[in-house]
Amino acid sequence: MPDPLLKLSGLEAFYSDFQALFGVDLEVAQGEVLAIIGANGAGKTTLMRAISGLTKSAANMVTYSGEAIGALRADQVATRGIALVPEGRQLFPSLSVEENLIIGSQLGRKGPWSLNAIYKLFPILKERRNQQSTSLSGGQQQMVAIGRALMANPDLILFDEISLGLAPIIIKDIYAALPGIIGEGMSALIVEQDITKALSVSRRFYCLQEGRVSLSGASATAAREDISRAYFGVE
Amino acid sequence: MKTFRAPISGSNSLDWVNAIVQGTLLGGLYALFAAGLSLIFGVMRLVNIAHGDLIVLAAYLGLTVTTILGLHPLLALLLVVPAMALFGYILQRGILNQTLGKDILPPLLVTFGLSVILQNGLLEIYSADPQKMNAGALETASIPVGELSFGVLPVLTFAIAVAVIAALQWMFYHTALGRAFRATSDNQETAQLMGLNRRHIFGLAMALALGVTAIAGIMLGIRTSFDPSIGGGRLVFGFEAVIIGGLGNMWGTLVGGVILGVAQTVGAKIDPGWQLLAGHIAFLIILAVRPNGLFPRISE
Ligand SMILES: Nc1ncnc2c1ncn2[C@@H]1O[C@H](COP(=O)(O)OP(=O)(O)OP(=O)(O)O)[C@@H](O)[C@H]1O
Ligand SMILES: [Mg+2]
Repeated sequence: MPDPLLKLSGLEAFYSDFQALFGVDLEVAQGEVLAIIGANGAGKTTLMRAISGLTKSAANMVTYSGEAIGALRADQVATRGIALVPEGRQLFPSLSVEENLIIGSQLGRKGPWSLNAIYKLFPILKERRNQQSTSLSGGQQQMVAIGRALMANPDLILFDEISLGLAPIIIKDIYAALPGIIGEGMSALIVEQDITKALSVSRRFYCLQEGRVSLSGASATAAREDISRAYFGVE
Repeated sequence: MKTFRAPISGSNSLDWVNAIVQGTLLGGLYALFAAGLSLIFGVMRLVNIAHGDLIVLAAYLGLTVTTILGLHPLLALLLVVPAMALFGYILQRGILNQTLGKDILPPLLVTFGLSVILQNGLLEIYSADPQKMNAGALETASIPVGELSFGVLPVLTFAIAVAVIAALQWMFYHTALGRAFRATSDNQETAQLMGLNRRHIFGLAMALALGVTAIAGIMLGIRTSFDPSIGGGRLVFGFEAVIIGGLGNMWGTLVGGVILGVAQTVGAKIDPGWQLLAGHIAFLIILAVRPNGLFPRISE
């Protein structure tokens, strides 16, 4: 088996004194799509922050393409080809829609994604490209956040609850677009509270509970009762 | 009532027009004081107490360059602007970045300390004697317009202020650097995710701000005599111009400078002792009526 693209070994993460992750082990192979599920406060966002460098950890706890990156700053991690679609979208209000997309590409990594490719994927953004990002609907803002991450042409893309606060029909559209987005050899980690959605787009899943991996396995064959036990921690 | 002088309306109103014109041109200098303050506050929410002393430092650097190399002060800009910009980058990366965080007090204390160090250092090197840069004929040249006469130096200063502000505005909204400044100002964490190292971005912002400050210092040092103690006053003028114009709005800063300049010259026209007071009063009135300034950009 080839080396994994991303490997977490005993990952711990802290918010000053508060420990949010306790020894998480996880591997993502090249081109693999992984789901991370878990209840509120389980540590999913913290996991995304730790991988992308927003929360620092010991260098060896996060290995990417064989390099220990746990102690790097977020901008250094971004240079290596990891992009995050953050929880709550976090668009730049002072930037227009198009500028929000362009700034995603400013590291200049080569790949299939360009402004035109994003506009082809989400035509509405082309219409709105000169507007302030805050004037868009929630679903359109999420498209900008996804587009911004894709513009970096990452090898690994992290989605943190992209369906949060969106209407079901919009969520359906975005998830329908995901396979096309992730194709082309990109690897992805998808954090989602909606278990069915998460399992439907992923090959494997990890369930977090209070900062630990409580269950992992193949998404297609996951048993519902195992998941709800791992999810809520009921015995 | 023999001493009563009947107002000669023609020349009298001309005096007022003159005061307003001179005040407007003076406002250009104040806008130059303010632009650097506005830029660094906009990008990193840093209030730089040492800003006025940095202006004075630039004036002294200009003086040194002109005396040693025998250059015209305007040519000294070619050396002083890059020197101040480099100093700004090093200052930001070496000291100020470490003070930035949730707590707003550390940067205030550190820049206050820097202000004290600069003043004492300048005093040690250059003494407390007022000095001035010699710009030759430029200082006295004037352009007659009708019955008024405009000094070439104030007009030039105003033109430079407009050019600097137009350039900053263009940089902010039409370049990758400006985009990076705005993104970092909006959300530092997310900007890091885009590969922007905020420490470097802040360093560049300070470099640019001190480059503008260098221009302000040289224009100040040509216009009036200066000594190491005058930084505080320049800081206040800069602040007032920024606040009157509205935080984060560069053209607003120019308008703020002009309002301040006009208030001062009109105040001085009424009574020479009122010059500074009139400026502060105009500032307070505008602050009372429009707490966010005339053209606020940053909504907070
Ligand atoms: N900035 C912070 N400071 C202190 N504690 C935090 C901070 N952010 C998160 N936590 C705590 O860390 C734990 C994990 O939070 P995290 O946001 O990673 O959970 P999550 O699984 O993403 O939850 P959600 O589904 O609500 O997004 C929680 O107990 C949370 O209260
Ligand atoms: Mg979360």
